[in-house]
Amino acid sequence: MSAALEALLQHPAIWRGDQRAQASAEDVVPTGFAALDELLPGGGWSRGALTEILTAREGIGELRLLMPALARLSMENGWLVWVAPPHVPYAPAIAAAGVGLKRVLVATPRSIADAWWAAEQALRSGACGAVLAWLGAPDERRMRRLQLAAEAGEGWAVLFRPARAAQERSPAALRLYLEPAAHGLAVSVLKRRGGPVDKPLLLDLRQGNSRHGTSRPVPPPSVPRLPNVAARDGGMQALR
Amino acid sequence: MLWLALHFPHLPLEVFSRGASTPQPLVVAEKKGNRARLVSCNALAISCGVHIGMPVSAAQALVASLIVRWRDPATERDALAGLATWAGRFTPDVSLQPPDGLLLEISRCLRLHHGMDNLLGLVQSGIKALGYTVASACAPTPHGAWLLAKAGRAISPSTEERLEQELAGLPVALLQQPPETLTGLEMLGVETLADSLRLPRAGLARRFGKGLLDELDRVFGKQPEARAFFVPPPCFERKLELMAPVHEAEALLFAARRLLPELEGYLGLCLAGVQELEFLCRHEDAPDTVVTLGFVEPTREAERMLLQLREILGRIQLVAPVHTIILKASRILSLAALNGDLFQEATGQDDGNRLLERMRARLGGDAVHGISVAADHRPEQAWRSCAAGHGSEVPGNPHRPLWLLPRPVPCRDGSLVLKSPAERIESGWWDGHGVARDYYVAQDRDGARLWVFCERASGEWFVHGLFA
Repeated sequence: MSAALEALLQHPAIWRGDQRAQASAEDVVPTGFAALDELLPGGGWSRGALTEILTAREGIGELRLLMPALARLSMENGWLVWVAPPHVPYAPAIAAAGVGLKRVLVATPRSIADAWWAAEQALRSGACGAVLAWLGAPDERRMRRLQLAAEAGEGWAVLFRPARAAQERSPAALRLYLEPAAHGLAVSVLKRRGGPVDKPLLLDLRQGNSRHGTSRPVPPPSVPRLPNVAARDGGMQALR
Repeated sequence: MLWLALHFPHLPLEVFSRGASTPQPLVVAEKKGNRARLVSCNALAISCGVHIGMPVSAAQALVASLIVRWRDPATERDALAGLATWAGRFTPDVSLQPPDGLLLEISRCLRLHHGMDNLLGLVQSGIKALGYTVASACAPTPHGAWLLAKAGRAISPSTEERLEQELAGLPVALLQQPPETLTGLEMLGVETLADSLRLPRAGLARRFGKGLLDELDRVFGKQPEARAFFVPPPCFERKLELMAPVHEAEALLFAARRLLPELEGYLGLCLAGVQELEFLCRHEDAPDTVVTLGFVEPTREAERMLLQLREILGRIQLVAPVHTIILKASRILSLAALNGDLFQEATGQDDGNRLLERMRARLGGDAVHGISVAADHRPEQAWRSCAAGHGSEVPGNPHRPLWLLPRPVPCRDGSLVLKSPAERIESGWWDGHGVARDYYVAQDRDGARLWVFCERASGEWFVHGLFA
C-alpha cells in the first residue's frame, strides 16, 4: 500500500471494517474481566445496545459473567431489571457478588407479549442501568424494537437465548456463545461491531480469582458446535 | 386588584356533552309550567334547524337522532365547583359566580404565570381541554369584569377611568336586577349603563330601590365588594355522566381526560398529592367496575395518572357499557409545590418511579418486586421478595447459586460429580418447616454446576439451584 493511501486512511472520519468500533468510556461498562474487555468494542459491555447471550444450557456461569458489570451498575441510579427470569434470582448470591439489591427489580409477566412489553418499556424509560431478559418467541421485529429501545434509553440490554438461535439473524450489537470450560467459560464472539473473532476466549470465573481470565487459544473452530439436542434434554432431565 | 371573570355561556349543555368524544345533536330542555322548551342546543342541533325556545316535541319531530336532556342545576353546580377547583392552579383566590361564572383575583399571580397574555392563554386552553367554552374579561372590579365577560368584551381595562368608558356602553339588561326593574328602565328609555348614570341618583333610588344603585356602584368601583372565596372540599370526588353509554376504553379515557385536570387543580390548591386514586365505571345493571391507580410517591400530575389509567383500561374487559364515570381521591397527602428545574435535567429517580408504576399497572402489583436477603439458614427462607427499591444492604453468602429453583426437584441423574464438601443445613424445627439437608456443589456431564442436597431423613437427592 502506498504511503499516500496509508496517510489518507489515518483520517479520523474513515472507519475500516477490520477495526473495532470505538466507543467512549461512558458508553461501556467494564466486564470485570480484562481479557474479555479487550475483545469487546470500546472495552466493555456497551450501553444503549442489545447483547445476546447464547448458551447450550443454563447453569454454566452465564450470570456470573455479568455480575461484575451489574455490581458496578448498581452503584448508579438506574434499575437492574430482570424480566421473566426462568428461576428465582437468589438474593444471597446476588448480594455476595457485590450487586446492591436496592436497585434490583424482578418482573414476572404472565404472558410472552407482556414480557416483551416490559423489557422494551424498561429499556426505553432511560431509568434502567441494565435489563436482563429471558423472552420467548423472539422474532426479528421484536428484537429490533428491543435494540431501538436500548438505544433510546441508553440501557444495557441482555437477552438470554438458547444456542440454536445462533443460526438466526439478529439485530443485536453483540452476540456471545458460551460453553462450559475448566473453571469457567469459553466465550465465542458470534457478532460484534468490528471484525470477527476467530478464537473462543477462555475465562476463569472462580471466586477470588484476580487473574481475570486468560486468553489461551483453544482448538474448537469459531463457529459454535450446535448442541446435541438429546444430550441437552438429558441434562435438563435432572431439573424436571 | 385585578379580576378575571370567566363566563361559561353553554354550561347547561356542556355538562352533558363534554364527556363525549364524538358530537351528536344535543339539546337541553327545561319545564316552565306545563310546557317544555329548549334552553340550549349545540351547533349540530342548530344546523338541523333546532333553535332555543322551541318546544321539545317539535325539536324531536325535526331531528330523529336528537338527544334531549333535562336541565340539571345540581350537575351545573358541581361542574362550576369542579371548574373552581381546576382554577386553583392559577390563584388561590377563586370566587363562584353562580350559576355560570367564576371570578379569579389575579393581580398577585401574574408574575408567576409570566404575564397576562400567557395566563389568559393557559386559562383558555385549559378550559377547552375540560370541554367547556368560556368568555373572559379582566377589570379592577369583580362585578365590572363579570359584566364585560357576559357581554363578550374580551378587553382588559387597567384603570378605573378606562373601565368606566368600557362599561358605559354595556346594555342595562346585563345587570342582575329583578325583571320589573329592567323593564322599568327600558320604559324610561335607559339602554346603557351610561344612560342610567345620567339620571339623578335620588330619583332612581326612589323608583327602583337601593339595589340598583348599589349594583351600579359596585360595577364602577365606587363601593367595595366583599366576595367569598371558594373553599375546596376535604376530599375529591367528581362524577361525569356520559352522553351515550360507551364500551371502548378509548372513549373512557377521553372522559377521564376531562376530569383529571380538575383533580390536578384541586391538589395544587391544597398543596397536596395522591398516592391512590379510584376510577369507577358505573354500569346500567351491573356492579361498578373499580379501577385503582397507585403511585410510588404522592403525585399531582394529571398526565402521569392518565398514563397509568390508559395502561389499565387497555387490559380490562368491561362487563357492560358505562354510563357514568367517577373519579375519587379519598386520601390526600401533603406535597410541597414542585420547583421547576433550572437546567432542565430529568431526575433519574422520578423516571424510575414512573417505570415502576407503568409496569405495575400493566403486569399487576405482585408481578414486579425487589429481592432481599433474609436472616435464615434455610435456603428457601434466606431470601424474600420485597417492595421495589427496598432490598437489604446486608452482605450475601458467596457459596450460594445465582438461580434458586422455586421448589427442589428430585434428582435422577446418576452422572453428577460432587465438587465440594457437604454443607449441613439443619434448621427451622420450631415453625413446622424444618429442614435437615446436606448441600453439595455438583457438576453434570455438560459442565453445568448444580446445587444439590441429600435429604438426611430419606436419603433422597434433590437439585435446588444452578450456579449460573
